[in-house]
Amino acid sequence: MPSTESYLMLSGTLFTVGLIGVIIRRNMITVLMAIELMLNAVNINLIAFSHRMSSIDGQVFTVFVITVAAGEAAVGLAIIIQLYRLKSTVNVDDAHELEG
Amino acid sequence: MSPALIVFFIIGTVAVASSILVIGMRNPVHSALFLLLTFLCVAVLFVMKAAEFVAAVQVLVYAGGIMVLFLFVVMLINVRHLPDERVLSRSWKGGVLVGLALFVLFTTMVRPGAYHDAVNNEQALRSTYTYRHHTVRQPDGTVVRRLVRHATVVGNSEAVGMALYREYLVPFEVASLFLLVAMIGAIVIGKRELSALEEETNPDFILDKVETEKEVKEAMSA
Repeated sequence: MPSTESYLMLSGTLFTVGLIGVIIRRNMITVLMAIELMLNAVNINLIAFSHRMSSIDGQVFTVFVITVAAGEAAVGLAIIIQLYRLKSTVNVDDAHELEG
Repeated sequence: MSPALIVFFIIGTVAVASSILVIGMRNPVHSALFLLLTFLCVAVLFVMKAAEFVAAVQVLVYAGGIMVLFLFVVMLINVRHLPDERVLSRSWKGGVLVGLALFVLFTTMVRPGAYHDAVNNEQALRSTYTYRHHTVRQPDGTVVRRLVRHATVVGNSEAVGMALYREYLVPFEVASLFLLVAMIGAIVIGKRELSALEEETNPDFILDKVETEKEVKEAMSA
């Protein structure tokens, strides 16, 4: 059985990859995907500690995190579509005006 | 090396490699497909930690719902790709630096053997609890009624469902309200603005209207 520490290492790696993706990519859709990666890394942590503590609460919280991730992806993609209609671009660097 | 450990190393390596490819691919469709692979690997990791229900939710919601949404949007906005276009943002060096610093922080914080994995009790993740009154006769003759918790081993889905509907009922309802708000927000933000005035002056709309009127006239005269 893999230990809790190995799960924490894996989740830290996934979180780091997601954070780097959020910062370095210009395409907004890829940035949203990197945010999903970070949320998934947090879920791995919650599941590992739920198993470690023999408590169901971590799994319940994971369900809530997945719910929030779904809502966040829907609203974020709607914003990206609207930005693309206004400016014909999905690059983060090009969205620098408050009024499109 | 136990089989579970071998599976963990293989799945973990695939998950990390595909997550790196998610942020490394130039085409967003490829990124989305590698993200799908990462989600499936994470679902396997959930199953190995006795979280079967969450693994099923992960596959259904992430792999089934969110990924389809991403692919829809990627294909809807149809950004043309110039081969020499810059993929990385201006601040990519700082981003990599911050990421590596955070990685070092994470790996130094996790000390091997800090969590004593021998004591965990997997049955607790598969049990639901009922509370019953028990009458207990004390040695001095008094009778006391006590609330005693009984654990019944059923399954992970039942255990999560019971926790959701008992201890976490209010957060559960708030989550449903949140989903409703997110749905309304996504529809309102994403819909195309077309006011009545624009419809009247939109050439396509007028042409359409003329065509329809012509068709109606022809149909009536025939």
